[in-house]
Amino acid sequence: MFSGKLHGIHAPHRKNTVESVPTRMPVPAMITVPMSMNIGAPAKPVVKPGDEVKVGQMIAEAGGFMSAPIYSGVSGKVKRLDEIVSANGRFDTVLVIETDGQQTVFEGIKPPEVTDKDSFVEAVRQCGCVGLGGAGFPTSVKLNVDPDRVHAIIINGAECEPYITSDTRTMIDNADDVIYGAQLLQKYYTADRIVIGIEDNKPQCIKIMQEAGKGVPGFEVAALPALYPQGGEKVLIYNTTGEIVPEGKLPIDVGAIVINCTTLAVIAKYIRTGMPLVEKVVTVDGSAIANPQNVIVPVGTSIQDILNFAGLKCEPKKVLLGGPMMGSSVPSLENPVMKNTNAILAFDEKDAADPVPSACIRCGRCVAHCPFNLMPAAIESAYNNKEPETLKALKVNLCMECGCCSFSCPARRPLVQVNKLAKAMLNKYNAEQKAAAEKKAAKEKEKEAV
Amino acid sequence: MDRMVVSVNPHIYAKDTTQTIMRDVLIALFPAVIASIVFFGIQALLVEAVCVAVAVLCEWAFEKICKKPITVTDLSAAVTGLLLGLNLPVSIPLWQAAFGSFVAIIVVKQFFGGIGQNFANPAITARVIMLVAFSGAMTNWVPAAFSNAPADAVTAATPLALLGSEGVAGELPTYLQMFLGARGGSMGETSCLALLIGFIYLLYRRVISWHTPVAFIGTVLVCTALLGQQPLYQVMAGGLFIGAIFMATDYTTSPPTPAGKLIFGVGCGLITVLIRVWGNYPEGVSFSILLMNILNPYISGWTKTKPFGGVQA
Repeated sequence: MFSGKLHGIHAPHRKNTVESVPTRMPVPAMITVPMSMNIGAPAKPVVKPGDEVKVGQMIAEAGGFMSAPIYSGVSGKVKRLDEIVSANGRFDTVLVIETDGQQTVFEGIKPPEVTDKDSFVEAVRQCGCVGLGGAGFPTSVKLNVDPDRVHAIIINGAECEPYITSDTRTMIDNADDVIYGAQLLQKYYTADRIVIGIEDNKPQCIKIMQEAGKGVPGFEVAALPALYPQGGEKVLIYNTTGEIVPEGKLPIDVGAIVINCTTLAVIAKYIRTGMPLVEKVVTVDGSAIANPQNVIVPVGTSIQDILNFAGLKCEPKKVLLGGPMMGSSVPSLENPVMKNTNAILAFDEKDAADPVPSACIRCGRCVAHCPFNLMPAAIESAYNNKEPETLKALKVNLCMECGCCSFSCPARRPLVQVNKLAKAMLNKYNAEQKAAAEKKAAKEKEKEAV
Repeated sequence: MDRMVVSVNPHIYAKDTTQTIMRDVLIALFPAVIASIVFFGIQALLVEAVCVAVAVLCEWAFEKICKKPITVTDLSAAVTGLLLGLNLPVSIPLWQAAFGSFVAIIVVKQFFGGIGQNFANPAITARVIMLVAFSGAMTNWVPAAFSNAPADAVTAATPLALLGSEGVAGELPTYLQMFLGARGGSMGETSCLALLIGFIYLLYRRVISWHTPVAFIGTVLVCTALLGQQPLYQVMAGGLFIGAIFMATDYTTSPPTPAGKLIFGVGCGLITVLIRVWGNYPEGVSFSILLMNILNPYISGWTKTKPFGGVQA
C-alpha cells in the first residue's frame, strides 16, 4: 500500500487581499442566476417573468435528490428566463432579475427547526448549500449518511489556490459561524475527531481557529504545509487522517466527511437566522485589476459589474471563476458569480497568453509533482495512440485535474487537457465494452432458449 | 471588444522551460570549459566551439530541410555539441570533431524524431562511434598543463591506462592533480572540481536529482574497492564524473522515477567497472551509459509509480 508524502507544487501564493475586509458592493441593476450551480440536476424555476421577489425568497427548487434550491439575493422583479454559455462551455438556463435597490428581506425568513440529524440534513438541503470550495457538490447529499460511519469530520480551510482569500476571510470574520457549524456536526454525527486543515501560510487563521475552537470536544487545528493542492479532498483526508480513499470510493467509505469552511459557515448562519445561501464573498484580483479586494455580492452578479467596482488597469484578456490552478476561464464578462465562485481573477494580455507547447523532453516533472503518483506523460502518449486499456492501467480516472503536471511541464504540454480527453475516451470505451458484453450475454441466453 | 482567451486549467506555470533547463546545463558546464582551457590551452575552446556550432547548424539545417519547427533556440543542440566537445581529446582534428557533432545531431537525435525521442544520448553515441572510427586520434592524449608528464613529452598516458597496464610508462598523478584535473584525458573530463561545481549548480536549480550520479559513482567506488583496485583513483579517473553528472542524467534516455534512476546509475557503475577491470578498453563510462540507454525502456517499465488510491483490477 501507499506510504509517504504526497507530492505537489510550490505555487506562488499571491494572497494580496488577505487584509481586505469584504465590502458589500452596491446592488447591481440586474442579476443573472444560473439554474445549474451544482453537480447533479439543475434547479427548476418556481417564479415566472413579472413576479416580484425578495432577498432570501426561493426562486428555484431542487431538481432532484442530487440538486439544491436557489434563493434570490436581491429584491426586484423577474425579467425573463434566458440561456447563456457557462464557464464549462455548456448552455445554461438563467433567471434574469431586475433589482429595485431596496433589498427588502423575504417575510418567510425564519430559523429552521433542527432537532436531530435528519432535520439537520433537511435544513442543509433547504439552505441551498453546495460545496463552496469549488466542486459544487450538494452538501445535503454529502451529509445524508449514517452517523455511525463518520469517524472524522474534516473542515477544509486549506485555501491552497493562489490569490484567493475568501475562505481566509471566513475564518477571520466569521470564526463563530465556523465553530457553531462544527458544534452542530459534532452534535449530530459524534465523530471522534473534528479537524480543520489550514495551510501554514495563514498563521492568523490557525491562531483564530485554535482560540475559537477551545470549547468544542474533539476539535483540533491541523497546520498543513503550503504545498498545492493541500485542499484537494483526498489529499486533505490523507494528510489529516492517514486514510487513502480508494479508486471509485467516497470519503465516507474511509469514515471521513470533508466540508469547506465557508460552506459550514453558511449552514451555521442559516440555522441561526434562516437566511439561506444568497450572497458570496469573492476575491477580485489579477494583473488587470486596479484595486484587488474582497467583495460581498449577491449570487448572480455579473463579472462586468464586479470588475467595474474593483476598477480595471487594462482590458482583461482572460477572466477566471476560481483560482489560477483549477478555475475556469469564462467566455464573456456577462457570466455571473455562482454559488461556488470564490474568486474572480482578471488577467492582462501578457498573463492571458496561451503557452506554446513544444516536444516532451521526458524530464519526469509531471510524475514527480503529481499528488496521486500518476504518469501524465505516459497518459498523453497512450491517449495519442488511442489505447484505452493502457489508460485504464495508468489509472487516469484518479486524476483530479489539479494542474500540477501542466504547471511544472517545461515543454508546456497541455497535460490536464489531455487527461480530461483521456478520461472521456476511457469512459466511452468502458461503456462500449459493457454494451458488447451485455449483447453477447443476451445472444447466448437466446441460444440456450432455442 | 476582442474575444477573451478561454483555455483549460491551469492558468499559471512554473518558470522553467526547456530552454531554461538547457541554459542551466550550459552554465553548469562552464567551469569544465574553463578547466579545459587552463589544462589544454586555447585549442580546447576552439574544438568546443566547432562542436557547438556544427551541432546547432546541423539541427537548424535538418529541421529547415524537413520543414519541421526550428528548435535550436531550446539550446539542446548546443548542450549536445558542448558535451561532445568536452569528451574529445584536445588534439582531435577539427573535421573529426565536426563529424562527431553531425552524427550526434543528425543520426542519433533527428533521425529518431528530435528532442525527447532519441533512444540513446547523442553525445555519448557520437563519441563511441568516433572511438571506433578514429581510434588513433581519439586516444591521442596530450600532456595537460601542471601535470607530471615530462616537459618534452608529446603524448601522455591517462591515469587509467597507467593503472591498467604494466607496459605503459609514466608517473601516476597525485590525488590533488586528479581532483583539479592536471592529467591526461578528454579535455572536459579531467577536472573533478569543475564538474562538481556544475553538479552542485544543477542540484541547486533542481535540473537533475542526486540519484543517478550518486548511484553511478558510488557503485564504481564500492566495486573497485572490493576488487582491490584504488577506488578513489578509479572514481576520479576517466570520464566518470562528466558521464555520471551530465550524460547519465539525460532526461530522454534515463528513467523518470527515483527508483529507476538508482537502478540506472548502479547498472552504469557495474558495466563501467566490468570494462575497466576486465575489458579491452581502459575506460568504460561511455559504453556503460550507451548500454543502459538501451535498457532504459525496460527499467522505466519496471519502476512505474504506484497510483495513490489505485485498486488493482
